[in-house]
Amino acid sequence: MNAATLRHVRYVATQNPVTLAAFLMFTALVLLAIAGPWIAPYDPLASDTANALKPPSARNWFGTDSLGRDILSRIMVAARLDFGIAVSAVAASFAIGATLGALAGFFGGWADRIIGRIADTIMAFPLFVLAMGIVAALGNTVANIVLATAIINLPFYIRVSRAEVNVRRNAGYVEAARLAGNSDLRVLALHVFPNVLPPMMVQISLNMGWAILNAAGLSFIGLGVRPPQAEWGIMVAEGATYIISGEWWVALFPGAVLMLAVFTFNLLGDGLRDVMDPRMRT
Amino acid sequence: MVLKRLAGALPNVIGVVIVTFLLTRALPGDPAAYFAGPSASTEAIQQIRASLGLDKPLAHQFALYLRDLAKGDLGNSLSTGQPVLTEIRQRLPASLELTLCGLVLALSVAVPLGILAATRPGSWIDHLCRLLATAGVSLPTFFTGLLLAYVFYFLLGVAPSPLGRIDVAFSPPPTVTGLYLVDSLLARDAALFWASGGQLVLPAVTLGLFVMAPLMRMTRASMLGVLSSEFIRTARASGLPRTKVLYAYAFRNALLPVVTTLGMVFSFLLGSNVLVEKVFAWPGIGSYVIEALVASDYAPVQGFVLTMALLYVALNLAIDVLYGFIDPRVGIEG
Repeated sequence: MNAATLRHVRYVATQNPVTLAAFLMFTALVLLAIAGPWIAPYDPLASDTANALKPPSARNWFGTDSLGRDILSRIMVAARLDFGIAVSAVAASFAIGATLGALAGFFGGWADRIIGRIADTIMAFPLFVLAMGIVAALGNTVANIVLATAIINLPFYIRVSRAEVNVRRNAGYVEAARLAGNSDLRVLALHVFPNVLPPMMVQISLNMGWAILNAAGLSFIGLGVRPPQAEWGIMVAEGATYIISGEWWVALFPGAVLMLAVFTFNLLGDGLRDVMDPRMRT
Repeated sequence: MVLKRLAGALPNVIGVVIVTFLLTRALPGDPAAYFAGPSASTEAIQQIRASLGLDKPLAHQFALYLRDLAKGDLGNSLSTGQPVLTEIRQRLPASLELTLCGLVLALSVAVPLGILAATRPGSWIDHLCRLLATAGVSLPTFFTGLLLAYVFYFLLGVAPSPLGRIDVAFSPPPTVTGLYLVDSLLARDAALFWASGGQLVLPAVTLGLFVMAPLMRMTRASMLGVLSSEFIRTARASGLPRTKVLYAYAFRNALLPVVTTLGMVFSFLLGSNVLVEKVFAWPGIGSYVIEALVASDYAPVQGFVLTMALLYVALNLAIDVLYGFIDPRVGIEG
């Protein structure tokens, strides 16, 4: 990052305080995911039926659920699981999607057609429905939630990377690298691909929120993470039965934290896009 | 032109069928055991294996799968014993009604807001719209649904109880289209129309909130693009009234990218439909598939994935055709 970029970053941050706030929230959430299990006031699995369904109080800030478990502690501990799922899924789709897209964009021809067809076939499904089908078929585990989320995000990475590599394929510096005797793969990996990373970063940030939402949605309908493990989507599902009878805190707090996390990533993605490419702002 | 687009959708249909087939074979352990259910005997599993053709090579199995599909045979549900196709057909109208209402609602809010933001770029209205849209897409639909039910049913008591398509006091209208709103109008039953409409409001708002953001952003971006083009400058310079320039000249041209986004929007809608149906106990195919998932009943799940995917391909095709009607230039190249 050179001085001009830094200046631009500062300009975006001061012009758009929302981005700055998003970045601070992001830091807080990451800290929570790392330290959550250590700083949680109670054991997230310890039930205490005498103290069940109590509204928020000085003792249990976010109240207790139907088994008397402390909701605040459960939310804090769940941060690591929710983030873990999203980070691993996004990392997997980035690694595979960026590679496939780069190959398709650089070599064209058959590689392009086959990889394009794979992306189109995935996109032919409503994505959440495909994720449901994958988890239902492969088995109800956290690993399969990660896999399903990675698969449904794959087309976005393939497309961005393909398009960005494709426009640079015949750039002057690529020709120069070739003439200097670099092999095709070496040119692609060391000269073209690094330039594709900035737009991919924006995609990753926007995708993280969607990945968290997706994982939470899957566990909300009973796929993947299983009770009694704490996870935001399951906690909302557990609270759903009580909200109609007025015990709002069981579903509200995990839902609100989930929303805040997704919101943070979406704002951050927008902010990053402003930094990378001011013209793209919508 | 329509035929050409049909042919263009064919590879997607083939891809969808292959993936769904692979998903039926990917079941952990023995698919036959899964299809037979947890309490099946060894003989029953053997029988199912033979009837599913699982003892044959993969290519042969695929041919059998295609044959069943062509006959409209998606297998039987274990828990109800009914053919999956019949059940999906019975429940599909409920889901469609919800999805369409959600879409109409989202469009009717998102498009005006997008235009408003585009006519005042950089203003506080613009920033507010952007923030609202980002917030909308960040809301987990299942959570918004619960929140709305809590506020409008439990606290304010203005919404009917969030359970199903129709209050128990009413009986459903005679089935013509399967959409209660349309059927009750056809039956000239105003009370029933309002009753089913009332049940529909909260789930439809929940769905609409989620898909508002992409629609609004696209409207804003494409309006901004069109408003800075030369023919708008000319129209303004010629002294045409502001509203005429905005709606007759700019909006029509800005509509195209918005129609293109509809494809993505439908992907969101059909996916989150499942979650919203669970929250509001809506008797569509979404809650059908969740019941099946809970019971480890796989034939309905696969039938559901296939139906949704084919529906989505069909919707994309419809959007393509619509696109051709709005902009005749597209037809020439495509």
